[in-house]
Amino acid sequence: MARLTLTPAIIVSHVVKRFGALTALDDVSFHVATGSTTALLGGNGAGKTTTLSILLGLLTPTSGSVTVLGCDMLRQRYQVLGAVNFSSPYVDLPRRLTVAENLKVYGRLYGVRDLKGRIAELAHELELSKLLDRPTGDLSTGQRTRVTLAKAMLNRPRLLLLDEPTASLDPDTADWVRSYLEQWRARTGATVLLASHNMAEVERLCDRVLMMRGGRIVDQGTPRELLDRYGRRTMEEVFLDIARRRRRAIGAADEEGG
Amino acid sequence: MSERHRRRRGGGPAFSCRRVSGILLRHLYVLRRSWPRLLDLAYWPTIQMILWGFVTVFFVQHSAWVAQAAGVLISAVLLWDILFRANLGVSLSFMEEMWARNLAQLFASPLRPYELVVALALMSLIRTIIGVTPAMLLAMPMFGISVFALGLPLAAFFANLLIFGWSIGLIVSALVLRLGLGAEGLAWVAIFALGPLSGIYYPIATLPVWLRPIAWGLPPAWVFEGMRAVLFEGTVRIQDLAMAGVLNVAYMAVAAGFFLWTCRVARDRGLLLQQGE
Repeated sequence: MARLTLTPAIIVSHVVKRFGALTALDDVSFHVATGSTTALLGGNGAGKTTTLSILLGLLTPTSGSVTVLGCDMLRQRYQVLGAVNFSSPYVDLPRRLTVAENLKVYGRLYGVRDLKGRIAELAHELELSKLLDRPTGDLSTGQRTRVTLAKAMLNRPRLLLLDEPTASLDPDTADWVRSYLEQWRARTGATVLLASHNMAEVERLCDRVLMMRGGRIVDQGTPRELLDRYGRRTMEEVFLDIARRRRRAIGAADEEGG
Repeated sequence: MSERHRRRRGGGPAFSCRRVSGILLRHLYVLRRSWPRLLDLAYWPTIQMILWGFVTVFFVQHSAWVAQAAGVLISAVLLWDILFRANLGVSLSFMEEMWARNLAQLFASPLRPYELVVALALMSLIRTIIGVTPAMLLAMPMFGISVFALGLPLAAFFANLLIFGWSIGLIVSALVLRLGLGAEGLAWVAIFALGPLSGIYYPIATLPVWLRPIAWGLPPAWVFEGMRAVLFEGTVRIQDLAMAGVLNVAYMAVAAGFFLWTCRVARDRGLLLQQGE
């Protein structure tokens, strides 16, 4: 497990995001410790992707503040984006470009030094060497996931945001990706925030879990704390309890009150 | 905050040629691999030139006005294509990112929106040169007409039309970002609305009196008048070129401002995440 430090890598404070009459995030506040792997858990429409988008500067909050690696994302976004990266199944890389071309383009955008060496290093780590000259659009889902991970690792990010990193992957490939992420985090000490629907993944990778429902953080803690609090044996059961608004644990915080 | 400190945190310089080159490289990779795209760039200007070449051959025998300067129609059509291609060069490059669902990747990277504007403009220059050069060169052996006969003013005409094309392309790109890919047809049609007012094939004096002030508010009107002055009178109207230049500075400032403002609106409304085919 990577070493944790006291200064949070992410501080989200009273963030509200509205799209017209729809409130996507409703007074969301949380911290993510530097060097930790934290999960954002919640059903569809809970606000996970909106939260990640705000952390990436792709969305501006209606109100509230977001600090990433010590920088205010509203005013100092460009001071920190070079140290952050992400991967999401909802965002593509240009499909007509080969894997190597995509990595060269993004290497330039992120100002990666010794780009050729870095691409070779990532190709080796992520088993992409034989795919470098193939168009990204011709790859299988699993291969494309590894390419988007390579793009996400290009700049050696201090903060990595992952939106459903193993969605649509077969169990073998998903396990390979999780193992890689575990090793990478242990090696680099980077901070990871991942949104996922896969409870086994969360239990395996994450130090801490933020549970979301209806645009709010309704509970949080370590996987062990949540299991104990809800009197459950698996995170899947905890997830269902929260999604279906059942509370089993005595003394749990009032979820409706935040 | 010192530059060194900012770099260490991941900020990098406020303007980076390397980031701009990254965007250029992305589009050049696509062009390099696709000969149909390269052909498409040059196809229409060449067909236009051939069509207007034959019209010129006919008019030289039947129109005293065209006979005074045989190159006037072909020069006009080639200059118009510079404007058209410059506009498309910006808007198509931008829409390519939307079609590829790649906008969020770009906007979550350290690439600044104004660097994207610079990259789109440079890509437009490359696309325009690829598009119109074959037509310009073919006009010489086919019809004995060289647009290069315009001399040095050709460079000024080219620059003014290019910059005005960028302005239109940026406005179209901003509108497509704001309205979605359903509005992508604007990239092809928007520029044609300005065609009748630009005096491509006729002097601005041909327009009704009430339309002329609007025409004179457009840089192409000054460019095409300037072109005719060179071809018919052999004079270079510096004041016409200066007027086009001044207007272009204003249009480019408005267009770039509108594009950058739309990028901010897009972050506010979540438009960067909703794009795609």
